[in-house]
Amino acid sequence: MATPVLDKADAAGRPEPGFADSPYITVTFRVRRFNPEVSAEATWEDFQLEIDPKERVLDGLHKIKWDIDGSLTFRRSCAHGICGSDAMRINGKNRLACKTLIKDINPEKPITVEPIKGLTVLKDLVVDMEPFFQAYRDVMPFLVVKETNEPTRERFQSPEDRERFDDTTKCILCAACTSSCPVFWNDGQYFGPAAIVNAHRFIFDSRDEAGEQRLEILNDRDGVWRCRTTFNCTDACPRGIEVTKAIQEVKRALITRRY
Amino acid sequence: MSTTETPASGVGPVEGAPVYTVDHPAPLIEAPRKRTKKTPKSTRGNFELAAWLFMRLSGIVLVVLVLGHLLIQLVLDGGVSKVGFAFVAGRWASPFWQVWDLVMLWLAMLHGANGLRTVINDYAERPTSRLWLKALLYTATVFTILLGTLVIFTFDPNIR
Repeated sequence: MATPVLDKADAAGRPEPGFADSPYITVTFRVRRFNPEVSAEATWEDFQLEIDPKERVLDGLHKIKWDIDGSLTFRRSCAHGICGSDAMRINGKNRLACKTLIKDINPEKPITVEPIKGLTVLKDLVVDMEPFFQAYRDVMPFLVVKETNEPTRERFQSPEDRERFDDTTKCILCAACTSSCPVFWNDGQYFGPAAIVNAHRFIFDSRDEAGEQRLEILNDRDGVWRCRTTFNCTDACPRGIEVTKAIQEVKRALITRRY
Repeated sequence: MSTTETPASGVGPVEGAPVYTVDHPAPLIEAPRKRTKKTPKSTRGNFELAAWLFMRLSGIVLVVLVLGHLLIQLVLDGGVSKVGFAFVAGRWASPFWQVWDLVMLWLAMLHGANGLRTVINDYAERPTSRLWLKALLYTATVFTILLGTLVIFTFDPNIR
């Protein structure tokens, strides 16, 4: 029973590229290639693709990797904007390749794809995320409570208390914000927006008891005070988190705690 | 159980020995704030907090002081042409204008120096260039503040 349906779909769909009714367009992907085993310098490489503009940049990268050049290296896991693996600099702006449609980024011109800035490039679009995750670990991104016994019941929280940090729970640790921050680009010592966002998520959680400790960590020379409120992070966040606002809230908490 | 160095990740080298063995079934989870070679030294104290707050507060005060200063010096009473030795001597005869100028000098110099300090921190890439630029900045700041303070307090209208 299923077979005829499949035939029909086959016959109807996928017009040949180049025909008038074809949804496909020719797009140039200009990818920043780097292979330390071949050259110490990174170079741009162009790829011509026939692609539906309603597809995503990630689909274009897949086409390149699967059909044209298998050596192209990039990270992606879920491919649906949840895992945060495929943050890259597309047309000069940090985005998730899996959430960026070709039609939305001016496909008439070559689409540039680069690794995110401020982290060491290992190969092509893959960077060393360790400094990023080190900063994340440093803010203790987990619930801390003083009681040592196992809880006997759920830790209740009112909807209002939950709402307080709702925005910062959305972070997927893709590093789009941190690697768009000009302060982070300089020496990589700044904690970075992502770490502060994840500290914010627990500092303002009514159930957590280590807010003081986290504030103390972010009071560091490379903590929140290095933020210059350039809003690059807020622009870059693929989850729409108001990152700069969260950083300012941490600053305010530090000041009101002292004075 | 040996106390060898904890591997950075759970994945061993591609063709090397597996990281997890029967004796070592799971990765050792380090204490979150354990300082490793990679983590930067933490800086204690509230200096950055104080500096950040100082920038905001001194900025507000400076808006009044500097705009008032410019208005008096350049706009009112015939504008800039009136400014001469006698004009300055006349103003500094009053303790009010002495304090005004002293506060403006200190706030403006510290505000500007702190701003430049953050600019150097953000833009100087090598530690040595950072060190020298900051040394130059601090020297110039201290020199200007001390010289200005000295002049305000020891100003003699009957010089010559």
